[in-house]
Amino acid sequence: MAATYHQYEVVVVGGGGAGLMAALTLRGRDVAVLSKLYPVRSHTGTAQGGIGAALGNMEEDHWEWHMFDTVKGSDYLADQDAVEILAREAVETVLELEHWGLPFSRTPDGKIAQRPFGGHTREYGKAPVRRSCYAADRTGHMILQTLYQQCIRHQVKFFNEFLVLDLLIESGRVAGVVALSIADGSLHVFHAKAVLFATGGCGRIYQITSNAHALTGDGMAVAWRAGVPLEDMEFFQFHPTGIYRMGILITEGARGEGGKLINGRGERFMEKYAPTLLDLAPRDIISRSIYLELRQGHGIGGKGYVHLDLTHLSREVIEEKLPDITDFVRTYLGIDPVKEPIPVQPTAHYAMGGIPTDIWGRVVVDEKNRVLPGFYSAGEVACVSVHGANRLGTNSLVDILVFGRRAGRDLVRYVAENDFPPLPPRAEENAEQWVARLRAGRSGSAGRRTTVAELRDTLQREMMDKASVFRDEKLLAEMKEVVGELQQRYQEVTIQDRGRVFNTDLVEALELAFLLDCAQTVVAGALARQESRGAHSREDFPKRDDQNWLKHSLAYRTPSGQVELKYKSVSITRFQPQERKY
Amino acid sequence: MQVKLRVKRFDRERDREPYWAEYEVEAEATDRVLDLLHSVKWYQDGTLSFRRSCGHGICGSDAMLINGRNRLACKVLIKELGKRISVEPLRGFPVVKDLVVDQQAFFRKFESVQPYLVAEEPPPARERRQSPEARERFDDTTKCILCAACTTSCPSFWSNPNYLGPAAIVNAHRFLFDDRDAGQEARLQVLNQSDGVWRCRTIFNCVEACPRGIDITRAIGEVKKALLLRRT
Ligand SMILES: Cc1cc2nc3c(=O)[nH]c(=O)nc-3n(C[C@H](O)[C@H](O)[C@H](O)COP(=O)(O)OP(=O)(O)OC[C@H]3O[C@@H](n4cnc5c(N)ncnc54)[C@H](O)[C@@H]3O)c2cc1C
Ligand code: FES
Repeated sequence: MAATYHQYEVVVVGGGGAGLMAALTLRGRDVAVLSKLYPVRSHTGTAQGGIGAALGNMEEDHWEWHMFDTVKGSDYLADQDAVEILAREAVETVLELEHWGLPFSRTPDGKIAQRPFGGHTREYGKAPVRRSCYAADRTGHMILQTLYQQCIRHQVKFFNEFLVLDLLIESGRVAGVVALSIADGSLHVFHAKAVLFATGGCGRIYQITSNAHALTGDGMAVAWRAGVPLEDMEFFQFHPTGIYRMGILITEGARGEGGKLINGRGERFMEKYAPTLLDLAPRDIISRSIYLELRQGHGIGGKGYVHLDLTHLSREVIEEKLPDITDFVRTYLGIDPVKEPIPVQPTAHYAMGGIPTDIWGRVVVDEKNRVLPGFYSAGEVACVSVHGANRLGTNSLVDILVFGRRAGRDLVRYVAENDFPPLPPRAEENAEQWVARLRAGRSGSAGRRTTVAELRDTLQREMMDKASVFRDEKLLAEMKEVVGELQQRYQEVTIQDRGRVFNTDLVEALELAFLLDCAQTVVAGALARQESRGAHSREDFPKRDDQNWLKHSLAYRTPSGQVELKYKSVSITRFQPQERKY
Repeated sequence: MQVKLRVKRFDRERDREPYWAEYEVEAEATDRVLDLLHSVKWYQDGTLSFRRSCGHGICGSDAMLINGRNRLACKVLIKELGKRISVEPLRGFPVVKDLVVDQQAFFRKFESVQPYLVAEEPPPARERRQSPEARERFDDTTKCILCAACTTSCPSFWSNPNYLGPAAIVNAHRFLFDDRDAGQEARLQVLNQSDGVWRCRTIFNCVEACPRGIDITRAIGEVKKALLLRRT
């Protein structure tokens, strides 16, 4: 089947916050946005708690404090030149959103309202500060809507329900992408001067996750297969408060409003682990504390969860400031959070790692930060790195917008200075063969059918058991084997749906390959890193080791499909590493 | 427990007409209908197609007709429905495959009401001030997730597919009542056209269908009133 050819100066892959922000920065130019979901269905829309910016609307605040908190929260692995940009530009970014119409919640005098969030403090750690700008508990929904509205206004060109499968590189420059149109199964080659990946995270490598089904690490895997390394993949954040067994997120904003975590003995156990910030300590610390409590048999009724208690808050606070999560809890648990505590457990939430970029969203491919011309990335798929080993709440929304915009700005320059690179011959060949293989799978032939669901279930369950909050050499080595086997078995996967129109059987099979690649790099990075830092917690190496491990990992794919690790240094400007206490 | 799930299926590459397929699914009372659909797709019949992403009622992907009512598959639990559950695609849109419908016309109508803030003056250096009361004025209609459950439950839309439909009007309302906005006039003109807001017969199906609990009929009423005031 022949592919359809398109040509745009810039192709943006992803219609979430990062992709739309970049597209808006490029408005009026020759740009197409490709997204496997309708943009308004992107995961940015589920973000609840808020976007951090030192506006100082409620009390004194400074971007330097925001920067410090972010660096400390990252367990000193974040690149401080990038964090400085994040904290400074957060302020103008939030104001720009307001100017575009974002309906923030307001203070009595009409300013943007702000609330406390985990790890955000005044005066370098003294006490919580109100920094998270919010729109009730649907901040992400409002951000995504506002950006999409502006895209309509500026007539941004979209290709919706297009699944990108391959990145084209020719003579050392990125030349476009290949995508599958889900609606009719046709293949499309997009020839471009530059490509931006803004495809979001990979939380679906785990069984219990707050992430949407679509978050399968596509951009990371496609880049990886094209020879780009992935940075710091071993750092995966578990959010402390997912709804028990479902993983649906209860925002940290609930604790920002005064919610407390309580164990089976009725204790506010965070008093033991983080005496100053308590329930507003960073997520890595709280998630570990919950696991430790559960291990000691201090779960509620000895089971695998603790309680998030809001019952001491007034009905008005709960219903006005946390309406959506109140609705979730009522819908899914049949519980009224005004009257009863909520059963919660840590849930896989956020990939700190991803495609390495510089502060302009340009993808860099080695220890010396060499740029791959024409390739850009922003948002959760990228690793700038502003989150280091552990992201603070509200900082992803800042990241996707600040760096989405910076990438957009640099793209304006890049496309003005460069011509179209040549397209590789038979550009669609890889994608075509892959799709054809899956479609042709011998269903009904002798022997057992290997299904997508079977492999994915195994992956997600095993990752949860062996590579989640606590890790050690033995479990990780086992997990490495498991992923290796699953990669093998993927070659035999068959799908049942042989049709072309809206074949989600095929889509899920393609996504499974991306998940496997992401998991493989997470495990390899985690196995190698013999220390505990931020979200990466090795029970056999419980201390942070700055001497040997204050460095970013870069996972490369070898020709035989194995991981090869290299490392690069961390940018440290204002804040020297210290012990991390809260 | 054992649930009997009936799904109205159609694959234009294979079928001449839609037909009902039946599946027996093992499930728990607290499972979502989306869990049932996944269970079928993953463990029984991979050819079943439907959209979904977030799984908790925010992304708007999986509105469908469930036991005769428009709802999000991820937001309705089996215990609310019992052991016999039927699922069909949204009415009034062309079916692409099984539960997947073509929403392009729906989005075009949404776009036609100019759903974005139009400001006359250049923005101030800081945020524009807006009182909590002024913000509250349009809070309800900011909740829309464009799932199309309302529009496809509306008899006026079924009988006239050109009708703008409740979702587009809700999104117009979101800006008409935002005191920062200056795009009233252009937006009201669109709403005042023959296929605009006057097609609403106040049947209230939309309110019942909305998974976000938006009081849509009230919003439409407010838009009608704004038009009437403008005429005088
Ligand atoms: C429940 C929840 C609550 C959160 N709350 C907060 C919060 O309060 N504050 C905060 O700062 N952060 C929060 N986060 C994190 C934050 O929301 C995300 O990290 C961020 O929104 C990611 O944005 P993005 O633009 O990078 O990706 P996404 O919004 O995930 O968008 C990815 C886009 O890429 C497209 N795509 C993916 N793969 C392909 C492909 N192969 N081909 C074509 N298109 C593709 C998708 O269609 C989608 O449009 C939360 C996360 C979750 C899960
Ligand atoms: S899957 Fe997102 S609304 Fe149902």
